[in-house]
Amino acid sequence: MQLLEFQAKELFREYGINLLDSMSSTNIEEGRKHAKQLGYPFVIKIQVPVGGRGKAGGIQKCQNDDEFELKYPQVMDLTIKGEKARAILLEKMADIKKELYLSIFLNRSKRCYTIIASAEGGVEIESVKNQIIKEVGLGDVSEDLAKEVAKEMGLEGVTAEQFVDTLKKLSKLTIEKEAELVEINPLAIMQDDTIMALDGKFVTDDNSNFRHPELEKYQEKTAIEEQAEKSGFSLVELDGDIAVVGNGAGLVMSTLDMLSDNGGKPACFLDVGGGATTESVYEALTLISKLDRVKGILVNLYGGIVKTTVVAEAFLKAYEDNLIDLPVFARLKGTESEKAKEMLQGSRTNLFDSVEEAINAAVMGVKK
Amino acid sequence: MTDIFELLKGKPGDSDYENKEVIVQGITGSYGSLHAGKMLEYGTNITAGVTPGKGGQTWNESVPIYNTMKEAVDATDAKISIIFVPAKFFLAAAKDALNAGIKLLVAIPEHVPIRDTMETLALAKEKGAVVIGPNTPGIMIPELIKIGIMPPMPFKAGKIAVLSKSGTLLYEISDALTNSGFGQSITIGIGGDPVNGTRLIDAFEMIKDIPDLEGLVVVGEIGGDSEEILAQRIIDSGFNKPTVAYIAGRAAPKEKRMGHAGAIVMGTYGSAESKVSMFNKANIPVAKRPAEVPVLLAGKMEKSD
Repeated sequence: MQLLEFQAKELFREYGINLLDSMSSTNIEEGRKHAKQLGYPFVIKIQVPVGGRGKAGGIQKCQNDDEFELKYPQVMDLTIKGEKARAILLEKMADIKKELYLSIFLNRSKRCYTIIASAEGGVEIESVKNQIIKEVGLGDVSEDLAKEVAKEMGLEGVTAEQFVDTLKKLSKLTIEKEAELVEINPLAIMQDDTIMALDGKFVTDDNSNFRHPELEKYQEKTAIEEQAEKSGFSLVELDGDIAVVGNGAGLVMSTLDMLSDNGGKPACFLDVGGGATTESVYEALTLISKLDRVKGILVNLYGGIVKTTVVAEAFLKAYEDNLIDLPVFARLKGTESEKAKEMLQGSRTNLFDSVEEAINAAVMGVKK
Repeated sequence: MTDIFELLKGKPGDSDYENKEVIVQGITGSYGSLHAGKMLEYGTNITAGVTPGKGGQTWNESVPIYNTMKEAVDATDAKISIIFVPAKFFLAAAKDALNAGIKLLVAIPEHVPIRDTMETLALAKEKGAVVIGPNTPGIMIPELIKIGIMPPMPFKAGKIAVLSKSGTLLYEISDALTNSGFGQSITIGIGGDPVNGTRLIDAFEMIKDIPDLEGLVVVGEIGGDSEEILAQRIIDSGFNKPTVAYIAGRAAPKEKRMGHAGAIVMGTYGSAESKVSMFNKANIPVAKRPAEVPVLLAGKMEKSD
């Protein structure tokens, strides 16, 4: 999961990384109290788990009460890349000399942690120039390496010292929390040459959650996502009207692609996992029945070890229990698919031999 | 470079030629037990199982169970092991196997922490062992040996190598290939995790010199840059066998994990566009649908004739 800025900063603070004073709130009453405590001027920052906040107007300077009353609700009401505000962070205004970039990430192809640093930060990583890239293995960043990075960035004196300190703390945080990515952008040099983390991005490796109960409070899931996880499914909610269900992440992604190519709009990505059972498919249909925007269900299952008859049984049970009153367009292939087709004859399930036919029918079907 | 065929088949004349021993770690669990049975049915020579605390028992009235990999390896000649334990026990099981001298480790579990995978790979490197996975369907030479969870029907012996990040797409596309008369010489599941024991590029090195190889199919998906690196290697190596790719996840939203831990686009890193354009640069057509793969492969073969 990707933490919100203020959550990442909580971790930064715990590890002793320099930060400006800031406070997060979820409503204006709380915000007003924070405004008094912090004192003007400060910055109002929307808390969403995606980048590009500044451009979208999600970061606003605030000089006085009047501006606060106007801007707090404005920022709170923004939707950025489909994400609504989770909270608002008020943060003291900074007097900045220069913006740097610093991140440590898990380098998939090199299979080790890697530092990216630049003396020209404050823009999105794709646009960061003169990147200094250092592979650091699986252990902490050493003092020597941190100094080398500071030198290559052209930092001197107290700035260099504080940068080295920040980089080492960031490395400790990354390793101890098993993060996939920790980014400070911008990492600012202040007028007095000290260093401050002005923003924070933190992406965890969810597979290591069992070792990190301390990060559990940052988990943010919709009720449906939580239920999906309990059943061992992967579910990503999307904004279209055709629910896409299948077994195996690759197969479901592939179905999503083909549906989109044919003008359909997926309502969700639902992978019931390689080993589907009657219960799990029934559970998947239960989840979908709770998504209001869904007008049709597209099912693409490749039965390998799993028999497609097991899947057919789940459908029949769902119809019998009146769980689903939506049209279902399905392609069941693999083990016992002929028998599965027989079982579903005359039911609400429209069966197709190829996924292409099922998709076309689904796209036409939801238009009616 | 590891000779994967030597690991999987051995050399003609060896007493265990085309009958390599395999140990199943986690053989008494429901998943391990199910697939140990399916592998046996397929003809894989499973000679030992390991479940700590169940040593001395037998599985399926035929396969002896040991407490540790050391005991299992000592009692057999196995150099191959397949792991079915829950993700949180994976690292211990993998270390046990590698320290006992296993040279080919197939890691089935999904949800292994990346750090545990990286530690496993560091040890494997030290020991000169190959790791397939984690989160992989496994590896197979159709009609000879299956070390994994793939259903048998889609596969047929032949001369096309298939490398895939996804399990079900591997089945789907192999099925389409088989139906079009393209059997497979080997299929390697790379796995859907961010860090893979055998990357696409490593798998490519394993298969590129197969003497009678007639083609290569690469099934990739969004996330990471292993497809791009592979495409570059194909260009640099001058590999000239007909090659076709498929990339899943073109329609996936950015910054969302699509089922696989590794299937996530961050900014432009990991995007389908990036992968498709690199494959195009390598003169490798990218199918829009799984069913299109054999069609494009046949087209490439005609051209190369």
